[in-house]
This record gives sequence, structure tokens and C-alpha cells, in this order.
Amino acid sequence: MYPEYMHESIKKVTQTRNKRYELAKSGKPVFPPMSSDEREEVLNKFHPDYKLESKRKIHIGPNKGESITTEVAEMLESHSRINPKSFDLSKPDYETDILIIGGGGAGAAAAIIASQSGVKSIISTKLRFGDANSMMSQGGMQAAIKKIDSPPHHYLDAMGGGHFDNKPELVRAMTEKGPDVVKWLEELGVVWDKLDDGSFQALHGGGTSRKRMLSSRDYTGAIILRTLMDEVRNQPDKVNVLEFMPTVELLLDEQGKCAGGVLYNLETEEYFTVKAKATIITTGGYGRLHIRGYDTTNHYGATGDGLVIAYRAGGKLLYMDSVQYHPTGSVFPEQIAGFLITEKIRGAGGQPLNKDGELFVFPREPRDVESSAIIRECVERKNGIKTPSERVGIWLDSPLIEMLQGDGYINKQFPAMHRQFIRYGIDITKEPMLIYPSLHYQNGGIEINEKCESNIPGLYVAGEASGGVHGRNRLMGNSVLDYNVFGRIAGEYASTYTKSVKLNKLSLDHINSYEKELKAAGIRTDLISPVLLPSYTPEDVRKRPLTAKYEGTLR
Amino acid sequence: MAKKENFVTVFIMGKGYQVPAEATIMGALEYAGYQIIRGAGCREGFCGACATVYRLPGDYKIYTGLACTTLVEKDMWLSQLPAIPAYKTIYDINKIEPNVAAVQKLYPEVFRCVACNSCTKACPQDLEVMDYIQAAKRGDIEAVMDLSFDCLCCGLCAIRCPAEIVQFNVSILAKRLYGKYLAPKSKELSNRIKEINDHSFDKEYKKLISTDKEELKKIYYKRDME
Repeated sequence: MYPEYMHESIKKVTQTRNKRYELAKSGKPVFPPMSSDEREEVLNKFHPDYKLESKRKIHIGPNKGESITTEVAEMLESHSRINPKSFDLSKPDYETDILIIGGGGAGAAAAIIASQSGVKSIISTKLRFGDANSMMSQGGMQAAIKKIDSPPHHYLDAMGGGHFDNKPELVRAMTEKGPDVVKWLEELGVVWDKLDDGSFQALHGGGTSRKRMLSSRDYTGAIILRTLMDEVRNQPDKVNVLEFMPTVELLLDEQGKCAGGVLYNLETEEYFTVKAKATIITTGGYGRLHIRGYDTTNHYGATGDGLVIAYRAGGKLLYMDSVQYHPTGSVFPEQIAGFLITEKIRGAGGQPLNKDGELFVFPREPRDVESSAIIRECVERKNGIKTPSERVGIWLDSPLIEMLQGDGYINKQFPAMHRQFIRYGIDITKEPMLIYPSLHYQNGGIEINEKCESNIPGLYVAGEASGGVHGRNRLMGNSVLDYNVFGRIAGEYASTYTKSVKLNKLSLDHINSYEKELKAAGIRTDLISPVLLPSYTPEDVRKRPLTAKYEGTLR
Repeated sequence: MAKKENFVTVFIMGKGYQVPAEATIMGALEYAGYQIIRGAGCREGFCGACATVYRLPGDYKIYTGLACTTLVEKDMWLSQLPAIPAYKTIYDINKIEPNVAAVQKLYPEVFRCVACNSCTKACPQDLEVMDYIQAAKRGDIEAVMDLSFDCLCCGLCAIRCPAEIVQFNVSILAKRLYGKYLAPKSKELSNRIKEINDHSFDKEYKKLISTDKEELKKIYYKRDME
């Protein structure tokens, strides 16, 4: 329930609703979309990435000298968890064709494709199989299947959303393979939202020129990933899923080819080596690094592990200066602060409104632009609404959706969102939601080409961990598409590669070299990465001495 | 979080801790100093990693919930379930049909359901779990899909079920059968795939890819909107 003092502002939202409804129904834009110059201005002034302290130079590694997100630079300039000397690499604990690092959507898709050509794989996943941002995507997946639409339309939208920094060959691959992914998923048993005649329900998303957001109510990611996981589990002879076993370093061979990884059992604290002919990184993003102190929509394990293990092995990163803040994270109630509120809400007609119930931005600008406009409305124009815990947000008018789309639409199309709020006594069919941008997506990542190859032979990357496809800003619905398209591509090319590659002696020398580079650059740090899990231990507990390292008889 | 004075005691696996009165169970665990390894996933009610059981003082009932979405209560006694023992039948989706025979073959224990409704009571999503199990017995695949659509696979139904059914795996089976075999097919999709396979967009792609950034920008801002 909203506190008493917010009621007046909610009343204003109600008062302006009829007028806004008429405007929305007219089919005209409800607020003028920004021009190129206007976009640039709001981004420069208000996007968190454009703040000076948000970036710093990285001093070591393949991207040495580049300006990248500060928290990422800190994570990369750190020590390994392992001491290479303690591993006998002549006797790996596991041998397989492909080591897939990360148990989300891209990893599952890659494993399925590999298994179909008889190639065996191990999925190394930090938490449970499926504990991934893929599980949490709500609103949908873009694919240009409508007659009025085309894959090149989709291409242009994605390029514009990404500020034309996207790698064109990757965007072409993603947009052109979209329709085939829809079919593939349906043949695996994904339940899409459809009309009675079998045609797909398609909505707008931010930055789309055509309605191409396909969905499975607001559990799109969950429906897709659970289907993929079920299919993986139907192949127990081909795919071995190792849960709570994150990969904490890559293995190379003496010629520098990627040859598997070192895995860490989070529960027994043992390390294991996996020798693999090819390796695919599908570790997702880094929301749990809480960049710039932002709340995040991301799952518990999103700590950018794939970035650092690839970087230590010489993998080049791309666009690591760019972070995505989702325009609509929840800010009230406090218990769900930062949680994702799907963009599908705006796709279906929901509108962002200031404390006076007025529109101040076109509701479907690309995410970085929309977020910056919301920050401007709160920070500069002081038109936000304060929460009891001193957060600030603006309204996202959901009751308008019921007026536009008919009674019962929210319950049918947004069961997860409705459930999220009704637990706290807020009925989103009758009252708006209070929102503010929330840390959402790693726009950049390990640079890949259209075969998902990185610059390290035998190392493939797919999904959020990769960089290039979304430029410096991803559009809604393109990540679900990304992990399916490129998960499949990685599975395919890695499988082919395993049939010809010959591995030499395994090596962890790159860990020693990296350590030397750290020292030579004069970097003094006690940070160890991959980070693996964030800590939410409060100050009160931290004041007490905690065991930081096992010494003596403990282990 | 809550104001300083607004704290309650909860018993985490029997041990009492003072935690903010408005915390979720997950928030309370972390506030108390626990570093969760098993028992946290998406933290937003989508993944089902944080199944929790608890009792309240003076109440004989055992309650179930997700740690990430359930608020603490005064003197609550709680324990997270690190994993749920559940089995999954291995099958080939291409070799089964969307009818009762699939259920009989893959999950025959569904027919042991005694309609006690324990599963429904345990569901943190408030799904009509028993109803979808009954639908599975009738071979009504569409009803299973629809009623179980929002299932998070947390497994709380499965551990409460006296008939030892793993409801959520029945739900996944039904959804896949529905999506693959029963959902009406789209003509526009097959048409579009044919166009792509016929290289109908090659020219347009080549043109866009060879256009320089400034020109592409102009095309982008001038593009028409549906």
C-alpha cells in the first residue's frame, strides 16, 4: 500500500488519465520522440555512464590504456583465486569436447546444438542450472516475423538503439536468424502468446519501429529457459551439468589455444580441472557489481566472471565503458527495490509520469535515453516522488493499460507483475507503480565475430558475456534473441572445431604472466576475482572479525 | 530498510536473530550475516531457488514460501530448503503425443493423486496445482499448460505431496507438448523463414551495412513507425 502522503500525487495521475487515454487511442505519439540532438543532450547530462568518475583507465591486459567502467577495471585488476603451481595439468579431472561456462540460456542452447551433432559437453554453472538472467526476462523477444516488418527493419532499429556502434555482421546474424529461432523454440515446445488463428501477438518495445516483441505472458525467459533446460536434461549421455561448480580460470595449451578450465566446487571448496577441445563462455553479465551503487534487476550470480577469466587469458573486451540501466526498476515498496518491471508494460501502453501525473518523455525511447530522461525528471526538475526510505521515483501508469487493452488484460498478460505488487497491497490494475532506473545489462563484453569466436583460438562467447552485437545500448527483447541466436551459433562452430583441433600440453602460465603484469604496473590490491557472489552482510556484522582466509588446521 | 527500533526476532534454523520487521526472509538471512550459496537465485520471484518452510508461534501449521518474496513475521521459525529431491523422466519430445498416454508413460504416479490439495496450499504462486494434476489425469494438456504457466519449479508442492508426484516436471512436459503440438501454427512465420532462406533481404542488408554512420543515422531518424 502506498503511504498517505503519496495519495495526492496518485490522484493527479488518475485525473490526467482520461486525457492521456484519448491521446493514446488517437494513434499519435503521446509525447514527441526525441531527435538525435535531444537524445545526445539528455544522455550527456544524465546517463550514469557519462559521469566522469564512472570510468577509468585500465592499466594491464589486452585493453590496457582504454577507459572502462570503474567497477569493471577494479575487478579485472585483481588476483586469481588459484595458485597455478598446485595443479597437475597432466591429469585433468574431467575430459570433454566442449566446456560450456555458464548455465543460462546461451549455454543451454549451445549444449543442445552440440549434442545434436554427437558432441559432448560439460556445463559448469556457479549456482543451479538455469540460475541466470535468462530466467528473469519478462517482456519478450524481438523477431521480425510480421508482414509489415522485416529483418532489415529490425537491423536498423538495433543499430540506432546501439548508437551505430554495433558490429554490423553480428546485428545481421541476430536479426536475420530471429524468425528461425522462434520456430526452433516452438518446435522444442515454447508456448508463445498467440491469437486464435495462430498468428503471433506482437507488441512494441523501446526503440522499435515495428511491433515485433513476441512473448510468453510476462514469463518469457522462464518459459524459454525451462524448455531449453528440459531438453538438455533429456540428453544425459551428451551433456554433464555441474552445478555449484563455477569456472574460475581458463586453461590454455602451450600454443595459446583455449583448452578448458579450472572449476571450483563452492560447497567442498575443491578445485577441478576440465580439459576440453573447445570452450564457450556464456556467463552473462555483471549487475551484481552494483555499478555506481545502483540496485540491479540481475540474478544473484551476475558478477561478470566470464570477463575476468577471459581477460587473464588474453581475451579482448569491447565496449566495457557502457552499462545499461533499465528505465523501469521498482523503487517502492523497499523490499522489491531494483526489481525489474518489464518494458512490455510500456509496450502495452503504460506511461511514465511525473508527480503531477504528466508525461515528460515518449514512453518508448531506447533504454539509455528513457532512463536518462527519468533521472533528469527526478534530479534536475525535482518532479519525482520520494519514498519513505529516501529513494525517488516516477509513476508508471498501468491502469491505463486496462483502459486501452480491455479489462483483465493485466491479469492475463502480466501475471508476474501483478503478483509482485499485490503481495504488498498494491493492485496495478488500479494504481500505478513507482519506478526508477535500475542496473540491468552489460552492453559490452568479450569481443566476438559472427561465429562467436573470440581472439583466443578455441574460445567462443555467446549471450550477455559477449560484446559487439548491441553496440553501446541494447534494445528490449534483443537479449533473449541474442542468447538464442548466438548460443546456437557458438554450439555449432565449437562443435565443428572440436573435430579437427589437436591440443598440446595444458598450461596455466597466463595466470603467472598476469600476476607479473599486475606487479609491474604497480597495482596493489587484495581483490580476488572472479567475484562469484556478492555480499550483503550488513555493517553491524562486518564490524566483527570474520574469517577471510583459512589458515593452519582449519583446512 | 526499517527504522532502527522496528525489529523482530526470527529463528533461522532454530537460532534467534534480530532482523528488520519489514525484511523479506532472504533479506533477514543476509542481515543476520548469512552468505547464501544455495537458496538464492534471481531474488525476484522467477527462479524458485529459495523455497522456504516455516512455522509461527502458537500455530500447528507448516507454511511455505519463497524467501525472496515472503516477509518475516515475529518469532517465525524458518529453514530454507537447499535443494528439492525430484526426478525427471528422460524422453524424446519428437516421439510422444499430446495426450493422456504421454502422462501415463512418463509420469504414471500422477494417477496416485488423492486430491488432498496439499500441493495447492503449498504453492507460493497461488497456482491451482491440484487442478492441473487432475487435468493431467484427463490428458487435458492445454489446461495443464494454462494453469501451471506461472510455475517457478520451486518444488514446494513436490515435497508436500503424499502421492510423491513431482508436479512441476509434469507442468514442463505439458507446456512443451502444448507449444509443440497443440498451439495453432503461424503462417506468417513460415512465410518469413522462406523469404530469408530465399535470400530476399540480402540486397537490403548489403545496402544498410555499406552505408556510412552519418547516412545511416539520417535513415534511422526518418524511418516510419508502425
